[in-house]
Amino acid sequence: MLSNCAAKTLAAVRGSLRAIATSSAQRSDNLFVHRDTPEDNPNIPFEFSAENKKRVEAILSIYPEGHKRGAMIPLLDLAQRQYGWLPISAMHKVAEILGLPNMRVYEVATFYTMFMRKPTGKYHIQVCTTTPCWLRGSDEILETCKKQLGIGVGETTKDKKFTISEVECLGACVNAPMVSINDDYYEDLTGKDMQEILNDLKADKISPPGPRNGRFASEPKGEPTSLIEEPKGPGFGLQAGL
Amino acid sequence: MIRAPLVKALGALGSPTHQIASRAVRTSAVLAQTPAKAPEKIEVFVDDIPVMVLPGTTVLQAAAEVGVEIPRFCYHERLAVAGNCRMCLVEVEKSPKPVAACAMPVMKGWRIKTNSDLTRKAREGVMEFLLMNHPLDCPICDQGGECDLQDQAMAFGSDRSRFTDINYTGKRAVEDKDIGPLVKTVMTRCIHCTRCVRFASEIAGVDDLGTTGRGNDMQIGTYVEKLFLTELSGNVIDLCPVGALTNKPYSFVARPWEIRKVDSIDVLDAVGSNIVVSTRTNEVLRILPRENEDVNEEWLADKSRFACDGLKRQRLVAPMVRMPNGELQAVEWEGALIAVAKALQKAKGQVAGIAGQLADVEAMVALKDLVNRLDGELLVTEQDFIKGSGIEVRSSYLLNSTIAGLEQADAVLLVGTNPRYEAPLVNTRLRKAYVHNELQIASIGPKIDLSYQHNNLGADPNLVKDVCNGSHAFSKVLEGAKKPAIIIGVDVLERPDGAAIHATISEYCKKLKKPDWNPFNVLHNSASQVGAFDVGYQPGIQAVLQAQPKVLFLLNADAGKVTRDQLPKDCFVVYIGSHGDNGASIADAVLPGAAYTEKQAIYVNTEGRPQQTLPGVSPPGMAREDWKILRALSEVVGKPLAYDNLDELRARLESLAPHLTRLGELQPASGGESVAKPSISISSTPIDVKQKELRDYFMTDAISRASPTMAKCISAVNKQQRQDEARRCAAV
Repeated sequence: MLSNCAAKTLAAVRGSLRAIATSSAQRSDNLFVHRDTPEDNPNIPFEFSAENKKRVEAILSIYPEGHKRGAMIPLLDLAQRQYGWLPISAMHKVAEILGLPNMRVYEVATFYTMFMRKPTGKYHIQVCTTTPCWLRGSDEILETCKKQLGIGVGETTKDKKFTISEVECLGACVNAPMVSINDDYYEDLTGKDMQEILNDLKADKISPPGPRNGRFASEPKGEPTSLIEEPKGPGFGLQAGL
Repeated sequence: MIRAPLVKALGALGSPTHQIASRAVRTSAVLAQTPAKAPEKIEVFVDDIPVMVLPGTTVLQAAAEVGVEIPRFCYHERLAVAGNCRMCLVEVEKSPKPVAACAMPVMKGWRIKTNSDLTRKAREGVMEFLLMNHPLDCPICDQGGECDLQDQAMAFGSDRSRFTDINYTGKRAVEDKDIGPLVKTVMTRCIHCTRCVRFASEIAGVDDLGTTGRGNDMQIGTYVEKLFLTELSGNVIDLCPVGALTNKPYSFVARPWEIRKVDSIDVLDAVGSNIVVSTRTNEVLRILPRENEDVNEEWLADKSRFACDGLKRQRLVAPMVRMPNGELQAVEWEGALIAVAKALQKAKGQVAGIAGQLADVEAMVALKDLVNRLDGELLVTEQDFIKGSGIEVRSSYLLNSTIAGLEQADAVLLVGTNPRYEAPLVNTRLRKAYVHNELQIASIGPKIDLSYQHNNLGADPNLVKDVCNGSHAFSKVLEGAKKPAIIIGVDVLERPDGAAIHATISEYCKKLKKPDWNPFNVLHNSASQVGAFDVGYQPGIQAVLQAQPKVLFLLNADAGKVTRDQLPKDCFVVYIGSHGDNGASIADAVLPGAAYTEKQAIYVNTEGRPQQTLPGVSPPGMAREDWKILRALSEVVGKPLAYDNLDELRARLESLAPHLTRLGELQPASGGESVAKPSISISSTPIDVKQKELRDYFMTDAISRASPTMAKCISAVNKQQRQDEARRCAAV
């Protein structure tokens, strides 16, 4: 009886106050400290390839003396493109090139979500699940990926070929739903399209990026439905007094 | 390492008040663009009180000028402005939203409202967000009672909570980091002010701390498993506004309202840092720094802060006399004093005294008076220095540029010294000048890490000659500098050719001298040294060993330089001091003295500033203040000293050296060093320093050798090094 009263009172009190932290905790799937693993530890040597060394030079030359640390993000990106993901030894290499303490590089590499600090597959499938894509059926796309590849979000296939990530809006809402595979956008997808793309990738064949429903870029599908008349001349819609 | 680019404009500004200017510059990019001529002051209103400030002053500083304190967490006047805690939001009239006072430079005619409804609402909002992810564990938090978050939540927070997460599912939790044996971390309490990160990178020069991750997942730490090993790590404890970084040896020991605080002076190096000794029930619990702009600013080196547990170990608590079987036996004071007096009477004037690293001026004067009254003359310091006329002129053994003055230096040559470990707080000044004042630093000696870039010229002592006759490239830098300084390590002067090096440099410094600026500096590493020279002690123990005294007084002489074999068989060694260390082990009579937290005593720091310690606790057991022991002994021996209390002793000090009792004041040593040309010329033995690495730093005297915390520090440093080496091996 007493506990019932208490519960009621609590409920009444809670009802009258604005609850600001009643949603469940949202945790990131990323770890923001480094743990040595067989794949990722400071003993694994990292060196830029000869070709990339030239690129490093070119990147560094953009930045004036004394501001070379501005080249950090391009260099980290270059390292990630070379290695497939960003191991700690690559961060150390970048710190060495820029003459910075390692910590300053760790700070940048952990801040940006597109620096993959975990082993990542050759094809990084980034499924957008933000509202417009979600409304247009991103759940199906994600489900297809999971089923087709047999892995969950944030996981990598055993053959190190595929990694699935759930990402926030990639700015292609007009072509929703979409996924980004490495640097390519695949848009206007259906579950079937996704299956095709993945099957191609399994055979290391890269399907042409872009919308899959036949339209060009973000043009309207079929006929244009708006702004079809001749443009109005200057002064259209102004008040008579002006 | 990058010097702060914004602050480089400071030189162009040429403001007379370096401190204010540097703060102002760091706070705003606006000032960097101001032309070099003295900027005009502008008027702003803080809570309707008009105040004239320099352009570039921040809202927070302007408010501080009229005595209005704006709450803050991330802002710290000695660190760069971060502006990330948002606690200092204030309303500015006609501004659409509140501004962050710590980062916003004032504009002409601004009306700042530090207590308006909008300001209060903003603060309450920020505080609510901070507390939402801060654990409610104040009862088990060591910061409780001296926590900025607690205080400010009381003063500026809301009076009720909207936090309804009774199942504890929503609070952020962060794993704790192991950053060493001195700093305990509870990272869930962290509010991300980044003061520790900025301290590590700007002041300590060790970029090991940083912020990783983003948003709700952001955390402070080292990212990789690594200890935060620096000689200044303890300061992050003071900087931390919450209980995220706390004092590990002091954890769960006491609450701030239980402890008594005594203002005192640190004696574990020759800087003379100002400290607060926290005591409870006659026990020193911890040591905190006390602000003194001229000496330690508000920092404190780790040895000074954490070696205080050495005050409870290895203490001499009863007088002891060596028995015929060779063992030291505890006796009553009477017995000990009579034993010493008998030996003194037999000695017939063949009496000598050696003052060690921790000896205070009062005790040294009492010892000197006693030895002199017994017709003895030999009074020396354990730490060697140059012989002859070197100590007759006071400026030839002082840090003449002064500790605070080194901040303004623009060219510094270090000769055989590692200021980073010999005097960490002198090194922070050099680093400050390096960052903010374009200081160029060169060193002669082994290659060492000074936490800033410097030019190692080599270890050959003949380089000193080259630099001083102007033939070396660095001579041009020194001669072209507005405020050049040469800092000689005291270990160099122990060498046989030390006098020659000293003479060469002091000759050269006459040339470099500017009005109001003496470039000649000696960096001591023992707290007693300058005081000993001031009251007429001679340097070096060789004279004593040659004289073969019958009775030898060791006043805190624990460096282990005197051994029993060097002394004649019938020499009666009397040790007066606080710790059972090297000195007591060779003594025939041990008279237990007081440590620096247990006596009111004067110490003179390396720049010649006399300061006094105050007793926080009483000496343990039968131990007594050192000068009182000597006074009692003089009575027993029949030659009573002419002072019965501290005031009379201080009067005697004043007659010896008047500057000694002007506590806290710096008596500028008159120039005109006329050091006689030494007979020995500079040899070619490479110059070395004793403290090269961090592990050499922790145990340098009787107190720190007795400290378990210092032992833990050394083993932590060793462990870290072993790990690094293992890693390197694996990589190869």
